[in-house]
Amino acid sequence: MDKKNIILLCLAAAIILSPLILYNGLTEEEGYFTGSDGQGPEYLESQGYEPWIEPIWSPPSGEVEVLFFSLQAAIGALIIGYFVGYYNGLAKGRRQDEMDKKTVKQAK
Amino acid sequence: MHIMEGFLPWQWCVFWYALALPVIAYGVIRIKKVADKHPESKPVLAVVGAFMFVLSSLKLPSVTGSCSHPTGNGLGAVIFGPVVVSVLCVIVLVFQALLLGHGGLTTLGANTFSMGIIGPLAAWLVYKGWQKAGWSILPGIFLAAFFADLLTYATTAIQLSLAFPIPTFDSAILKFMTIYAYTQLPLAVAEGILTVVIFDYIMKLRPDVLETLKVIKPKNEMKTMKEPVKEAI
Repeated sequence: MDKKNIILLCLAAAIILSPLILYNGLTEEEGYFTGSDGQGPEYLESQGYEPWIEPIWSPPSGEVEVLFFSLQAAIGALIIGYFVGYYNGLAKGRRQDEMDKKTVKQAK
Repeated sequence: MHIMEGFLPWQWCVFWYALALPVIAYGVIRIKKVADKHPESKPVLAVVGAFMFVLSSLKLPSVTGSCSHPTGNGLGAVIFGPVVVSVLCVIVLVFQALLLGHGGLTTLGANTFSMGIIGPLAAWLVYKGWQKAGWSILPGIFLAAFFADLLTYATTAIQLSLAFPIPTFDSAILKFMTIYAYTQLPLAVAEGILTVVIFDYIMKLRPDVLETLKVIKPKNEMKTMKEPVKEAI
């Protein structure tokens, strides 16, 4: 892997992990690490708004929700990994072919 | 940035559907065209869609103390254009609305408008401008993804403020921008970085696809720029 990309990935990890260190010890109960997607509706409900329709189906528990979130990430990662690996193999094969041709030429 | 099921009055649901549907329909036509004309680009389309799948499933902590998820919509917009991303976005949003109770079917139009249209449009405009200026590719990709992520959330804030101007539109937008866009800032930076890494991979492995789609300049030009450097080393 490219050194530049490793540095970039470390940088992204640092951005994501820094809040965990910054607010270490604080939890949901103190209002930390809740989802902004949930804060919007919460605010609207505090203003007296009631949703006019419920989702057809929603996960019965946090565990089941995590299952589907992980599934979503896994499907995505699988597709990316498959094609990046496939292209990588193709590129390697092409380079090998070129090298073989060169050695054949030199032998002649 | 998903507006939950039932949290948008039905008039607004209809309004955003009306705006999003023509774009999605045009996107389907564009995908067919690209797939027919450049079949070799199909796997890249799959990777771009998968990237959205992964990124939008990750809820990441932000320095503001809240969690939010990136969108992954900048990469596809830069490579295939915003209308194609609107279709990919619908797939992601339907998956989340049906299986996760995240977002909703009535709010699908509004959510597609922010994540599938405005965000990608921003990325596309930023990158095209950057390309015209002739600056190097990767910083342009970073900025495109950064603005796609941020503007997706800003659009959600505007959508909610329009529907709920409590007590006025101005104060509502301040409230929703703090909830959505402010939290998103560090995450947009992280998304920009991740997009650069994956774009760099695609550029290395399949430069031909990016060239035919006119995302990067043809190889001969790149080669004349690149090779002397290699030899110097």
